[in-house]
This record gives sequence, C-alpha cells and structure tokens, in this order.
Amino acid sequence: MLNNPGLENFEKITSKNLPRENYISPGHRACQGCAEILALAMVMKVAGPNTIVANATGCMEIVTSPFPQTAWKLPWIHVAFENTAAVASGIEAGIKALKRKNKYQDDLPNVIAVGGDGATADIGLQALSGALERGHNFLYVCLDNEAYMNTGIQRSSSTPYGASTTTSPAGSQSIGQQTWKKDMPGIAAAHNIPYVATANPGFHLDLMNKVKKALTINGPAYLHIYSACPTGWRSKPEKSIEVSKLAVQTNVFPLYEIINGKLTITKKINKPKPVVDYFKTQRRFAHLKEDDLKFIQQKIDEQLARLQRLETDKE
Amino acid sequence: MTKAKGLEVSLAVAEAVKQANVDVIAAYPITPQTHIVEELSVYVANGELDAEYVPVESEHTAMSASVGSSAAGARTYTATSAQGLALMHEILFIASGLRLPIVMTVANRALSAPISIWNDHGDIMAERDIGWVQIFAENGQEAYDLSIAAFKIAEDHRVLLPVCVNIDGFILTHMIEPVLFIDQKKIDAFLPPFNPALTLDPKKPVTMGPVGVPEVYAESRKQCEQALINSREIVAEVFDQWGKTFDRNYKLIEKNGPDEAKSLFITMGSMGETTMTAVQELTDSGESVGQVRIRLWRPFPKKEFLNAIAGAEELIIIDRALSPGSHNGPVAQEVKALLYDEPVKPRVHNVIAGLGGRDVTVKDFKKMYAMSRKNELDPNYTIWGVRSDA
Amino acid sequence: MAESAICAWQKLELGTAITTPGNSAELRTGDWKTLRPETDREKCIKCGMCSIYCPEFCISEAEDGYYPADLFYCKGCGICANECPKKAISMIMD
Repeated sequence: MLNNPGLENFEKITSKNLPRENYISPGHRACQGCAEILALAMVMKVAGPNTIVANATGCMEIVTSPFPQTAWKLPWIHVAFENTAAVASGIEAGIKALKRKNKYQDDLPNVIAVGGDGATADIGLQALSGALERGHNFLYVCLDNEAYMNTGIQRSSSTPYGASTTTSPAGSQSIGQQTWKKDMPGIAAAHNIPYVATANPGFHLDLMNKVKKALTINGPAYLHIYSACPTGWRSKPEKSIEVSKLAVQTNVFPLYEIINGKLTITKKINKPKPVVDYFKTQRRFAHLKEDDLKFIQQKIDEQLARLQRLETDKE
Repeated sequence: MTKAKGLEVSLAVAEAVKQANVDVIAAYPITPQTHIVEELSVYVANGELDAEYVPVESEHTAMSASVGSSAAGARTYTATSAQGLALMHEILFIASGLRLPIVMTVANRALSAPISIWNDHGDIMAERDIGWVQIFAENGQEAYDLSIAAFKIAEDHRVLLPVCVNIDGFILTHMIEPVLFIDQKKIDAFLPPFNPALTLDPKKPVTMGPVGVPEVYAESRKQCEQALINSREIVAEVFDQWGKTFDRNYKLIEKNGPDEAKSLFITMGSMGETTMTAVQELTDSGESVGQVRIRLWRPFPKKEFLNAIAGAEELIIIDRALSPGSHNGPVAQEVKALLYDEPVKPRVHNVIAGLGGRDVTVKDFKKMYAMSRKNELDPNYTIWGVRSDA
Repeated sequence: MAESAICAWQKLELGTAITTPGNSAELRTGDWKTLRPETDREKCIKCGMCSIYCPEFCISEAEDGYYPADLFYCKGCGICANECPKKAISMIMD
C-alpha cells in the first residue's frame, strides 16, 4: 500500500492563507468551551465543500444533528456507533464505482469518517482496521476526549492512566483508570497506511496542515486529534485551549506524523513542562498523589524517548 | 432465453446480480452464502461486471458499507446467512430507516448454538421487524428471477426500502437446477438504472440520520412502515410485469392443488416443492388437500392470504423456525393473529419442521396430514421428529 | 423545539433527512451564557486569535478589522478572553 505520497508540491497552510469558510454552523449544542467541535470545524475548513462526512454516534453527532436542525453544511451521514469507517468505505467505494461507470460527473469528493475515542479505539476498532487495510481513499479522524463523554464520562481504552471517570472512579482501592492509554495512532500506523498523525486544536496550523496532507495523499489516512472536554475533565471551559497546549508542552500528547512509515515529531518541545502542570488543570486528576505523578512523569518521558527513537531509526 | 441451463442456484443468483449491473458488492463469506459472492468476485476480477467488490471484515461492516454505498447513490448488493445476518441486526433497521434500497440474499441457515451450517428459517425470523421487504424463493428459477425483480421493487420511488430474497441454504444454494436466463437487453429494459431520491451529494448537502427527538421519532417510524405497507402493491405490480415480460408468473401468495381443498399446507421457501408432491399423492388417493405458499412475507399480504385459504377447514402451517416461549412458530403466529378478526376460522395445526437441516420428506408431510385428520398433533405446535424419552 | 419538527409524517423528508444545511443557525445558543466577552479596543491588535479558537464560530472579522462576538450564539465559555495575547477581552456578567 505504501506509495508515493504525492506531497512534493505541498503548499503549506500559514496564518496568511488560513481557510476561513466554516462548514459547521453556529447554533450547535456542544458544551461551553468544547475543543472537540472546534477541532472538527478546523478539519472541515481545510477539507472544503467537496467533502462527504460519516459521523459515528457520539458527542459530535448528537450536538450537530437533533432534528429538525443540522449544523452541517456538508453532506453528512450518521449510521451507528461502531461502523463509521465501514460506512465511509462504502461511500468511497460507491462513488468510485459510479465515477468509473460515468454516473458521477463531479470531481471525487473527500470522504471523512469522524468518531470519538470510544468509537475508534474500542467499539469501532475492527471496522477501522478493515477500512484501513482495504486501502480506501479516505480520512479517518478520531476526536479523542479520552472517555465516553456523551453517555456521561465512562472510561474508554483511550482514557489516560490515573484519570477518574464514572466507571473508573478513584477510590481507596483504585487510582482511577488503571491502564495506560491505548496507542491508537500506533495501531493505525501498523496497517502501513501512507499517513498517520496526531494533532491538537491548540496548534491549529499544525492540525490544518496535517488535514491537508492527509487529504492530498492517496489512500487511507488516520488523524488522532486531542480534544479537550471541560465537562468530562472537570476543567474550566475558558482553559480548553490552554489545557490543549499544555498537553503538548508537557509531552503528554506529542504531535507527530508518520508519512509512509517515517515518523517525524512535528512539534518539538525544547523545555518540557512537568506533567503536574497539565494535571492540575483538570479535576479528573485531582486525587493523584506525588508518587503517582512521579510514575506518570517517568512513563511520559519513556513514551517520548520511544518516539524520538522511532524518529531517528527511520532516518 | 428459451433453453434452461443446469447450474448451481448460487451461481444463478450471482448471474442475476451481475445482470442487475450493481455498482457495489460488500460481502463477508459465510456458509452457505459463499458461492454467490465468490462468483461475483470472479465477475469483477474478469471485468464481466464493472463494480467495486468490497471484501469487508465482517457482516456488520458488509451492511454498514452497503448503507454508505447506497446513500452515495450506488446500486448495492450483499448476501449473508444465519450468524452473519444476526451480526448485521443493528444496521438492518438503519438501512430501512434511512430508506436505502439495498438488495440482499439471505441463504437461510440455522442459528447457533449449537453451530449448524444447515438450513432453517431461524435467521430471518429473528429479523422479522427490520422493516425490509422480505421475499422467499422456492426454487432456482425463482431465486434468479426474484433477485433481479428485487432491485426494481427496492428502487421504486414508492418503496425505497431494502429487499431481502430468502433462499434456503444448501437445499437451494448448493442445488443444481435448470434455470432459464434472460437476455441482458431485456433485463436492461425491465430494470432501469438506479435513480436515487436523496444522496450524499456535495452540491446539495443533506443530513442523513439525524437525532430523532421524541417529537419526530414516531412519525419517522410511521413513514418507513407506510412505505413497507405500500410496497405490497408494488411487489405485485413488479411480479405482474415480470409475468407479462418474461412469461413466468409469480403471486404474493400462491395456492396449489384443488380449489375446494379442505386441508391446506402453508409453507415458505423450498419446502413447498416437497409439500406439493405430498399434496399431489394425497389428492390422487382422494384426500381433499392443497397448499398455500407465502412468497411475500413482509409486508404480509393479508388480503391475498385470506383469499387463498377461504373455504378451508384446516390449516397445517409448517414453520421452519422455533419461537421459543411463544404459542406457535412465527408463521403460525402471523396467521393466527390474522384469523382473529375473521368470522369463520379454520382449525390451525402448527408443525415446526426441518430445524437445522433435518430432512422433511414427502412421507413426513403425508404423516402430518394423517395426524391432523385424527387430531393427533399438539394443539399448539409439534416439533416434527424430535426424539424424546418421554 | 422548532415548529418544523412538529409535523405530519407525510411531511418528513425521506428517511427523516434534513435538507436545509446549517439551519442550526436559527438556534439562539447565546441563551446559555452568564458571561459575555467585551473587547478593549485600545488593547486589541486585531490578530484574530479569538476567532480561530472560538468553538461557537461566532467571532469573525468586521469591516473595521476588529473581531466582535455574535452574542446570539456566544455561550460565554471565555476561551477568547483566555487566549487573547494582549488580554484585551474580559468576561463580564451578561
């Protein structure tokens, strides 16, 4: 599947040529300070009008589509929770066949599948793996707010270690989430698809350029976007972007991309802040003790070292 | 078109799907459906059929990808059986709820446990309420014909619902039967290109599958149900047109044997042929017995069914599925509920036969008939041939 | 609830699709807020960061180059004030 990514003439998005046209309308019902809808809108700004969206069940589906109003200015379909990659693969295959048979006159559209972390890393993992493996030309966007927020903050496999959720509550016998966050971008990359990246709306130019690359490249692309959730994380709504930036500045959520198997850290943090700076912005971590934080700091350092090794290994 | 060709029924179904010029096939292999989709993948590989063959990783994805493809405006086909159909369950309702005219062959097979690859109707009976048009074919010719007609029914703008054509696993799918094929030109004239009413079109953005708030959910379901109810007429119309064009006549409900028969076997699917042999032999020996075949199961053709059984004193309803904990098998439940409002009701016997591929022979049907005459069948239902120590 | 939702089933689009793209714009989410942003035009450098990070997409550049929030939609989250590099925006009681 690995082929020439076709990025030779890639024209970067800068603050000068930032796409401004919005394809999600105001009047959506996302919570105050929701960085997930912000990230989603950034993706669609880059994708532009010739785009079809398949949306998994979850916050973004619920807040944008209660009948009779839709926030979507793009053709959009919601089918179910675990199958959005499958739906997108059907859309892609359908239009491909119609185009070949001269029944589709326009340019091939971008096909974008959108799901939360539960829809991606848990219930929809099989459908995603299938769609990536089959090589459909589509972009899968995981908007990771690190728990099942739509149903009331239950833990997912993407919930970070130590976070208290409604099904991984911190208590005298538990630290909260007892498992380390699933390496979803790593799993996507293991399919040897041409493009995998992590992104964060606090670094909007980095995010938008990754969307553009993902859509430029022919074949499946996977974008894992950190999506701050003040409601679920018990953080302040006004701090959503600050928290997002801290996640990168502390290396809790490193930004990187993998083009044809080659990993590059796209936002290098010269003087990382301690993870405690990040944790103290969110009450889901409020119960963590000094030893816990030490352990987490160590794991975060190891995680970054591993990425750095991968970056140099491939060079 | 005048000379019948002997071939496996699965291959005849694949030929029908090819002749329907589908754009997308999304399928996952499961016995006894495999020969259909294998053959289609060969057609695609050879360039005999210009379509995308999406070799999905599960039946859940087969149906989900079919929803995506149909919503994008592509003529879409899939096929499955038993566990595969059960895995699709969630998405089957969504396909009809979104009004997408997907066509699916169900090679009927028993549900686990214990695992059985052999035929019964347990798989589709568990999916009675999915809101699809559900048709049962009796033989290879019907399987071929109805597979083409299914697209015309599904895509009719008065219907726009998914259609499933049931063919008995192994008993039909793997049987070599004589089938009359139709010239491509005639099929093209009969089945116009798919003209979707609503698609995912960037030039005309629509939101498909929004949140159905309490103020709209009931109306939304009503819209789909009404389309299904209305489809009865369109199925009849398409069958009619089929008869006129290709000289093979199909009815929603088919009555065979003497008009005035006092006892009627009620059957669905391939069992009807064996029943008919028994009916013939019984009639020859002076018994007053006939057969009624249900070809259209959903929507249930109430009027046609009541007409077909008018005057009968006794019905022997053969169910090929168990409805555990209920009074009857699914077909008998349906018929009994229908008879409640009728002033004159025939006696109803219910025999659940052929579970998990158990053979049901001519002799068995004759024995059922004899027992029904002597009132020896269980008043609720009899599981035919089940061994017991009691 | 919008009146268009209270309709006969015959009036629904096929499969209950919504064929009016972006009509959530008729929803006044501004009702949700307790605080609203106020810009000190002396401090504002018209950089537009508030617009980039507004999750309601209700801050856009006006003809004079400033970035006013559309209070019809503004939920009062305060991200604009927090992210303003010049601290030109303050959140005040609505």
